[in-house]
Amino acid sequence: MAPTHPTPPPPETAGPGTAVADPVLEARSVSKRFPGVVALDDVSFALRAGEVHALVGENGAGKSTLIKVLTGVYRSDEGEVCVSGEPVRFARPFEAQQAGISTIYQEVNLVPLMSVARNIFLGREPKNRLGLIDFSRMNRETTELLDGFGVRVDPKRPLHTLGIGTQQMVALARAVSVQARVVIMDEPTSSLEPREVETLFRVIENLRGQGIAVLYVSHRMDELYRVCDRVTVLRDGRHIHTGELAPLERMRLVSMMLGRDMAEVRRDGLTGFATEGHDAARTPVLTATGLDRRHQLHGISLELYAGEVLGLGGLLGSGRSETAKALTGALPLDGGEITVDGKRVGRPTPAAAIRAGISMLPEDRKAEGIVPGLSVRENIVLAAMPRLSRAGIVSRAQQDRIVEIFMKRLRIKASGPEQKVGELSGGNQQKVLLARWLCLEPKVLLLDEPTRGIDVGAKAEVQSLIDELAREGLAVLLISSDIEELIEGADRIVVLRGGAVAGELSGDEVDESRLLEVLADHSPGSVPAGRAPGTAPADPTPGSAPADRTPDAAPDDQPPRPGGRAPAGQEDPR
Amino acid sequence: MNKTTPATVPAAKAPAPLKSAPSRPEPRPERSTGSRVGELVQRQGVLAVLLTVILIASFVYPSFAGLDNARGVTVQASFLAIVALGMTLVIITGGIDLSVGSVFALGGVLAAWASQWGFLTALLVPLVVCGAIGLVNGLLIARAGMAPFIVTLAALLAARGMLLAFTDEGATTYLVPKDSAFAELGQGSVWGFGHPIFIALALFGAGGLLLQRTSFGQTLFAVGGSSDAATLMGLPVARTKILVYTLSGLLAGLAGALNAARLSSGVTIVGVGMELDAISAVVIGGTLLIGGAGSISGTLWGVLLLAVIQNLINQIGSLNSSYQSVVSGGFLIVVVVAQRYLARSRRTT
Repeated sequence: MAPTHPTPPPPETAGPGTAVADPVLEARSVSKRFPGVVALDDVSFALRAGEVHALVGENGAGKSTLIKVLTGVYRSDEGEVCVSGEPVRFARPFEAQQAGISTIYQEVNLVPLMSVARNIFLGREPKNRLGLIDFSRMNRETTELLDGFGVRVDPKRPLHTLGIGTQQMVALARAVSVQARVVIMDEPTSSLEPREVETLFRVIENLRGQGIAVLYVSHRMDELYRVCDRVTVLRDGRHIHTGELAPLERMRLVSMMLGRDMAEVRRDGLTGFATEGHDAARTPVLTATGLDRRHQLHGISLELYAGEVLGLGGLLGSGRSETAKALTGALPLDGGEITVDGKRVGRPTPAAAIRAGISMLPEDRKAEGIVPGLSVRENIVLAAMPRLSRAGIVSRAQQDRIVEIFMKRLRIKASGPEQKVGELSGGNQQKVLLARWLCLEPKVLLLDEPTRGIDVGAKAEVQSLIDELAREGLAVLLISSDIEELIEGADRIVVLRGGAVAGELSGDEVDESRLLEVLADHSPGSVPAGRAPGTAPADPTPGSAPADRTPDAAPDDQPPRPGGRAPAGQEDPR
Repeated sequence: MNKTTPATVPAAKAPAPLKSAPSRPEPRPERSTGSRVGELVQRQGVLAVLLTVILIASFVYPSFAGLDNARGVTVQASFLAIVALGMTLVIITGGIDLSVGSVFALGGVLAAWASQWGFLTALLVPLVVCGAIGLVNGLLIARAGMAPFIVTLAALLAARGMLLAFTDEGATTYLVPKDSAFAELGQGSVWGFGHPIFIALALFGAGGLLLQRTSFGQTLFAVGGSSDAATLMGLPVARTKILVYTLSGLLAGLAGALNAARLSSGVTIVGVGMELDAISAVVIGGTLLIGGAGSISGTLWGVLLLAVIQNLINQIGSLNSSYQSVVSGGFLIVVVVAQRYLARSRRTT
């Protein structure tokens, strides 16, 4: 991080003259040390009933540690935790829950093999008169509860068959349904689609109305400003600021988190992407035509050029991740063709895709990418093993050289190449994964939610890395639910809906309102209809007329669409 | 966004249902018949195999189908069944209990020794000792965080050693007094079916309820499915593990005591390799070895399948009985392969 410039001394406002509600949950001068690290240094923090309190800070700022101290996962070395003014010492998370403190964690922490209903009621199952679990009541109450969140799922379905977003909503339902006085949300929106985020906000409003205190941890500024009343900033394990959020300027907040000069933040923008686009080459590196898979993908075609970042937008279940997985051969296809540099990838398998130069950073880094027990070095060279070894013998010197290069280039913060990846922060884990794929020297890099659940600073770094990589000539496909990231990061955006291409934005069209329009539009094909070949620019909105399309988006980027659907769709009242 | 939305319904646990959830996908399609069949086969596949084997064997070897043979097979199987019941619970938590074979033998010898003081002592002594071994296993695994494989392997050796010390390396044989109530427990019968069968069935009934219809049972699944999640949800993970190993020790000890009652003596050489039979039966019964999924009924069918195969090989006569292990091993592989295949086809449908 940049040397800490004299940040304007943050006023220690304990909340302006409002009638101070009693803090329901309070940390008093809490310190927590781990071997070699001071995770929390004399941090005080109070959460009042009926407020939504944002907790922000960079990686290693101590947010997670503070949450864990508050919820009984860790015990503080010094200081105390108070509930309603009474000092408490939670020995286990269960005791915190008994005291009315519910937590939903960033990574869904439910049991994948168990049903939705069982997950929600684990540990407090409804019993019948014989003291046995009443499953019909449990399933019924689950349905009612989830209906309240606008989520319709069969309560008997095993959790792992649901998408991550839905799983998160189940976790939330669980947290809220225990009679909680405090709900702690650690990055609750990191895996949610915009629509689900709205639902979440409604739930939060409701909690506030009931006088429940919400501690909200997020890196998404616009969310914080939408739902939070007050904010606490931590940095390097120390308390930096607490106060009302609304009057606090966004840039000030970011600068407090980063400890960076405000001007610097302003100059760099809020995301790590440079403002200008990239020069895309003429011929596509990767062409996918008519990718088909029953129930999931319907004739998806796209082209990806060297040196560009192509955004893949869409809501949950629109087939974004599936498309990316299909491109890497991880998802068997019923039809379609993938070519890299004009050469057809025969039966797509992950190995064939890697040989052809396609690498993918998966969405769920915990489950699909990182091997937490292995070291940084081992994780990085894992995929490159076949290349680095000769007759099965791996050259250690060569490994060390590559690992050193990437650790430096991607600015991976670890005590050394031998540190276990499981001990690193989310952002650094993501960088290790990125390094793993980069050392294969891919031509095409697919990134599925690359900044999900990592903090602002690391996020900006990953974003600027993406930028750099594209500038160096890599073709990047970026999937992100973070609209800001998609808009600022991508040169072009292909929007998917229901497993088919719903539209494409390029050049000046890449802006938030246009993207939301396409995303939110439910009449199939109504947006692309305006751009269908030969159609007059019927759309009065400037910037959306076909003439404005930049040349790199060739007309044949357009997916084959059933001709009759577009006009029919426009009549759809929804 | 308006923060003042007066959705203030104090009693409401959750917000009012969304009035319009336009983009909510159409209700998820009902699962296809194919996947339902697949699920059924996976859940009750062992039962189907068991019935098929019994049916074919009854035609080919009329002696197999006789009531007497059925009585013999089931009473033999009931001891393994009781041990496998405990093993099922342990495996569902993602653990393993290798000590059950030795504990089974130890329980038998202790029961035979204690039977001289009467019925209750004959049951209590093995239960207390074997339960204590299970408790120690559980404590070492849950509190000291040791690997179940190592801890129970040590217990396997220790229990076998205790057994040998207690019997002067097998030189002393304790006999169960004839016509005592305890001997009756193992040898008596109702309609020709031995008491141990009914005891095993009752335990399986209770075990099924425990697993499926109590919080403890749900916690077993949660611990096996994701130990971290279970901890963060505030479930008593350590206590559950301690209990489940204690339960496994108790059941192994009980099975050993019943076996001693049936044989009228504490035989020191029984139970060698029994833990592996129990694990086979559990896995054949469809319980995942990695934990998190499984059923009591499957284990029952698995035990019976193993018993039937053994009996059939005895019926064939010309076949060396050693082949029983070969066939059991083969079945284990077939079942696991079939499970994997079914699981995959279910995922993709």
